[in-house]
Amino acid sequence: MYNFDIAKPTTIADAVQALKADEAQPLSGGQTLIPTLKARLAMPSTLVSLHGIDEMKGVCNDDEGRLCIGGATTHATVMREAKDDYPGLASLAARIGDPAVRNRGTIGGSVANNDPSACYPAAVLGSGATVVTNTREIAADDYFKGMFETALEEGEIVTEVKFPIPQAAHYEKMIQPASRFPLVAVFVARFADGVRVAVTGASNNGVFRWSEAEAALSSNFSADAVAGLSVSGDEMISDLHGTGAYRAHLVGVMTKRAVAALA
Amino acid sequence: MAQVKMTVNGKEASGDVEGRTLLAQFLRDDLELTGTHIGCDTSQCGACVVHVNGEAVKACTMFAIEADGAEVATIEGQANADGSLNVIQQAFQDHHGLQCGFCTPGMVMSAAALLKDNPKPSEAEVRHYLDGNICRCTGYHNIVKAIIAASGQDVSAIAAE
Repeated sequence: MYNFDIAKPTTIADAVQALKADEAQPLSGGQTLIPTLKARLAMPSTLVSLHGIDEMKGVCNDDEGRLCIGGATTHATVMREAKDDYPGLASLAARIGDPAVRNRGTIGGSVANNDPSACYPAAVLGSGATVVTNTREIAADDYFKGMFETALEEGEIVTEVKFPIPQAAHYEKMIQPASRFPLVAVFVARFADGVRVAVTGASNNGVFRWSEAEAALSSNFSADAVAGLSVSGDEMISDLHGTGAYRAHLVGVMTKRAVAALA
Repeated sequence: MAQVKMTVNGKEASGDVEGRTLLAQFLRDDLELTGTHIGCDTSQCGACVVHVNGEAVKACTMFAIEADGAEVATIEGQANADGSLNVIQQAFQDHHGLQCGFCTPGMVMSAAALLKDNPKPSEAEVRHYLDGNICRCTGYHNIVKAIIAASGQDVSAIAAE
């Protein structure tokens, strides 16, 4: 690792100020960033740790019945505290990485990084959540911009994510056992006014909504409704773990399994 | 350089560290607590698992500065006050839960974290919890057996494979 300083602000305002320094970068749980730094793929002058900002931690409900999760909340906390209100989301959090990773990694870090194979982006997009930053609120549909790309501006921090709670939701994950990231995973959320289907791990463009499946499931919520549908493998990630065609196939299989788990 | 102070295994510890100094490096190089092993340095293997404020973390994927002011527990602090092995350590010895021993500190620390939250885990729960701890000897079977035994449950049902 190249060396850097670490700032430890205790308020969002101080963190935003610290991020104005040249080559400053936020550090949340560090479960992706620290390995990246070890590989010398990033060279910040200052890391601004978000870990000590209490106003960015915790799980609560707002007046609109949404589940609001602070950006610096760990996966382990979401796993425990979202269990009653939003079990589909708690179950997703419980399957990220391993226990030690879940004790450090945060929702804000995951959503800000937008790894094309990360779990949380599927829940955020699949729930139609709102990403809250220090300056604005961004709808999930406008937030994810492609592989490792988001609507975040330089120095902008994910302070909270607000999840509308669906009637039912299920996250079906085909795990890649070495990394414990999904090879392909699908988040299906059933709301009173329709169904949302978000896919992670598959596309070169990162997390996406499978609109054909959403339309089919909104009129007939059964695994049969999506049995005849397929996505093209052309834009899918192809690597040593699986070809684009294989991932495209898995999108269908994972969606069917998720629906079957809810039906 | 920045000064960090933390409580490690109940004792005050301090030192000067760089921003990039990992907690694992601080424990091993500065405090000479070399029981925390660095197996992969890429957050995969879990040999470096320690407890920070009671939670299992990978000490190779956390900066020492982030543990400033924290309570840290490592394998060196796990034995009973009289120096005898604690229940988990003794179970690892009784059930041959180690071969080369390299992964053992992380396995014991993960097991301690599991049993704190889930005092009577099933075999499947133990295996799932050990997702982030790799044994390069592939000696998982007896590790799982040792953890079940440490929880006070009967291990005779776990087949000797």
